[in-house]
Amino acid sequence: MKNPIVSLVSDRRALLKGAAAIGALQIASPFVVPVRAADNIKMGMVDPLTGVYAAPAGNEVMGAKLAVDQINAKGGILGRQVELLVEDSANDVGTGVQKARKLIERDNVNFIIGDVNSGIAAAIAQVTAEKKVLHVVSGGHTDTITGKDCHWNVYRVCNTTRMEANSVSDLLYNKYGKKWHFITPDYAFGHTLYDACAANLKKLGGTVTGNELTPLGTTDFSAYLIKARAAQPDVLLLLVQGSDMINCLKQIVQFGLDKQIHVAGTQQELESLAGLPPEARIGIWMFEWYWKQPGVPHVAEFVAEIRKRNGGQVPTARHWFGYTSAMTFALVANQQKSLDAIKLAQALDDFELPPDVKLQPNKVYYRKGDHQLMTSAFIGEALNKGKDDPEDLFRVDSVVPGDKTAPPVADTGCTIKWPA
Amino acid sequence: MSGEQTRKLFVLSAIWLALLLAPYWMAPLGGYTALATRVLVLGLAAMSVNFLLGFTGVLSFGHAAYFGLGAYGTGLALKFLTTSTPMSLVMGMLLGGVVGALLGALIVRRRGVYFAMVTIAFGQVFYYIAFQWSSLTGGDDGLRGFSRQPLHFRFFQIDILSNTNYFYYFVLFCFAVAVGAMGLILRSPFGRAMIAIRENERRARFLGIPIERHIWIAFTLSCFFMGLAGALYALVNNFADPRGLHYSQSGDFVMMAVMGGMRTFWGPLLGAAVFVVLQDYLSSVTVNWMSFVGLLFVLVVLFFPRGLLGFVRRKSAA
Amino acid sequence: MTQLLLFNVTNGLMIGAFYVLMALGLSLILNLSNVINFAHGGFLVIGGYIAYTITPYVGFWGALLIAPPITALIGLAVERTLIRPLYGRDPLYSLLLTFGLAFIIEDGTRFIWGAQGKPVTVPAFLAKPISYDFFFITGYRLFMVATVVFAVALLFVLLRYTRLGMRIRAGTLDLETVSALGINVRILRSLNFAVGIFLAGLSGVLAAGQLGLEPTMGTGLLMPSFIAIIVGGVGSLTGTLLGGLLIGVASGLTAMYFPAASEAIMYVLMAVVLLVRPRGLLGEEGMMT
Repeated sequence: MKNPIVSLVSDRRALLKGAAAIGALQIASPFVVPVRAADNIKMGMVDPLTGVYAAPAGNEVMGAKLAVDQINAKGGILGRQVELLVEDSANDVGTGVQKARKLIERDNVNFIIGDVNSGIAAAIAQVTAEKKVLHVVSGGHTDTITGKDCHWNVYRVCNTTRMEANSVSDLLYNKYGKKWHFITPDYAFGHTLYDACAANLKKLGGTVTGNELTPLGTTDFSAYLIKARAAQPDVLLLLVQGSDMINCLKQIVQFGLDKQIHVAGTQQELESLAGLPPEARIGIWMFEWYWKQPGVPHVAEFVAEIRKRNGGQVPTARHWFGYTSAMTFALVANQQKSLDAIKLAQALDDFELPPDVKLQPNKVYYRKGDHQLMTSAFIGEALNKGKDDPEDLFRVDSVVPGDKTAPPVADTGCTIKWPA
Repeated sequence: MSGEQTRKLFVLSAIWLALLLAPYWMAPLGGYTALATRVLVLGLAAMSVNFLLGFTGVLSFGHAAYFGLGAYGTGLALKFLTTSTPMSLVMGMLLGGVVGALLGALIVRRRGVYFAMVTIAFGQVFYYIAFQWSSLTGGDDGLRGFSRQPLHFRFFQIDILSNTNYFYYFVLFCFAVAVGAMGLILRSPFGRAMIAIRENERRARFLGIPIERHIWIAFTLSCFFMGLAGALYALVNNFADPRGLHYSQSGDFVMMAVMGGMRTFWGPLLGAAVFVVLQDYLSSVTVNWMSFVGLLFVLVVLFFPRGLLGFVRRKSAA
Repeated sequence: MTQLLLFNVTNGLMIGAFYVLMALGLSLILNLSNVINFAHGGFLVIGGYIAYTITPYVGFWGALLIAPPITALIGLAVERTLIRPLYGRDPLYSLLLTFGLAFIIEDGTRFIWGAQGKPVTVPAFLAKPISYDFFFITGYRLFMVATVVFAVALLFVLLRYTRLGMRIRAGTLDLETVSALGINVRILRSLNFAVGIFLAGLSGVLAAGQLGLEPTMGTGLLMPSFIAIIVGGVGSLTGTLLGGLLIGVASGLTAMYFPAASEAIMYVLMAVVLLVRPRGLLGEEGMMT
């Protein structure tokens, strides 16, 4: 019988030659910089396309790509075509920072969008501030980005945790009661969200019956739910997100807890609701943007456009984040007829988004003091399944404008320091 | 000088020349200096792993823990204790090294697969500590709020914070010191003993070499080098985060060492260069880069177990 | 208070039962072939996704019966092509290969099914708690425990009373002699691997009902399996069983008093075991040096 090791080795010679050729090509190619039309304006986007945030990140990129296509169809920025360069931060800060530097130093991008992961977004913000590049944080929620770590060149589209807490607190208190129990993800986002909610509850006169800090990536919430039920609250607030939200809600419904305690929370996403079995789609939440807005101009067109690119599925808030981020650059650059970062940043102070970009009823603008987009909160209830549309999983009850939910600039801890 | 020695000197000079001039020949080829800095730091880490793996024959798959500890040590030092970059480097290195010394003492008795599993699990302990002790380490968001400081000398200062090239040379300097130390150790009697242990542990024991003690010393030394690499990494990013401690990071380092050539000295640096550049390039080109990297692992293990340098060496020896 | 304690212990046992299923598969492969299968979590994910894909055609029960064997077949193919060349080589290589394989599996599942989590529904009569007080004991979790018990029992029957099982056990102790006795060791290893992967696939189907199904769900379940093996003792399947239950209970109890440490407690336990009894609770001396 032929010795398998020998046959492996002799086959290897031929394979090696082929592999070496391919390998050489692979290694040589990064150094052969593809000929990029020098005339193009480049937007860089850094998002975790692999890892636990792959779904929302992918959606953000899709939204941004739509924006860039639309911008180019209308003549681009300052008459030049726009190119979107997307890099994967792989949910790792080192990689995110490296990619940001690559986009800025090697690819000479004019604008940067990113990241879904708050930590990476903040780290990239340090790089963009150092390099003086305009930066819109599309989906990272940590408050410090437009708070104590704010920079003159950094703007943010999605809500802060304070805004989210403020949007639902009154409603939950009045509707459900004064004893709240929390399930909080144990990292900065969770902590600030909890602090904001607890502060609001205290102001309203309620009590916190407990706060379960759950490690990120917890798969089994039973121990925490046992404690939560023992505390007998009026409302169980789930502050967890993503896979944690899915696991937690699934288990709550399986345990029948939703029949005993009201379930609610702050931020909820269509991605999470879609990943849940129908019976687990419950609770009162706020969405940062929702696709079904009858009567609001331009929304239907946006939904149709995304549906074409998304295999028939509707856009989520993430699509809108990416779309708005890219559009912001085009709008302000074309308005100011300039690409100078400082000039554009100053123009973005109190910059209002037009109806075909804001895609919501209220006034939406970048607040001057902290560079936070005053975007509305869509408050409502999750639906097991849509009435007219299988993807209509959320019933919007009210849309509260951003400047009503956002704390005053003085409370955010942000002081913008402009470069000399 | 014999032909062999001349050849070695030539290769060594070529390597150092390439490293010294990197910022200049990389840019025209589409690279960027920050990439080179990253290659150096991760290359040092891979060489530290190889110090243990290739030269002593001990498989530690949780070595990223010491890398991460070095990063956090430096970050915390810069944030709370000192404004001197070299000082923070030393502190980071110490943190990685000392913890390595302590843990090493616990696990040197095990070998092979079991040792590997234990090192993975221990590495994960630190990952979870960094993750959970968020008040100190920043948790999942990572340790922020520090940055490398310009180097102050009596009459001038070198701004390694904003000047990418200056920082590259600073890292290269540290790299040279570390690599020089590594080379000296390997050439010393201790280093020879390490290789003896790798070749045949039982025979080495019969020769009277105190196996456990040597492995422990080798382990500790490699952890110090790892700590230094991690410290430099924190300076590269001005950031430290738990993912630097995760076993997948360890896996990357081991792969770099294997890919470059486990039994060679410079192999891991080459492996790191190929790995970093490839990953950088692939992740820009396709969202499925993970499959390619995984495929690379599989192909290297199946067809190139001796790595690139090992392959070259066999060709020239044959 | 005692009620809360009792709840958490029971809860911990149920969590532990799940870890046991994963860890046993990993342990089987480790003991016989000296291979640390880093891709074990990946096979769990594959099992879950296959179940998700075929459920519309065969229902939940059909998926439960069919998905694990399919996963085992995939495992068999992987073993034959990728892992077999590595036997006899330094364990480093199988570690690296399975590590790379885990990457490929994660990316592959994301490529085929998308990054978006998939909704998995369990039969309605199971998705209910058994009583008002014991709300955390749902029919589904009891079913999971029952399945684990059944699978473990089946495994032990296989190992104790069948020829294959006897050969596996012998091979774990001394593979060279088994080979010298004329047993085809290559086939033995393949079958052993397949059994281990079958267990991973089964874990995946069960997990999908409890957790959200997405490409990254396997990685978080790999580490507890490692620890279960180390704590229980490398080389001993009963030890792995015990180890899994132990860390499950420890984790459940810690979640009650000190939730931030509920993951870390497993590592602390492992460290304690390594210090006090390095071979593990039921490990045999000399098994894995």
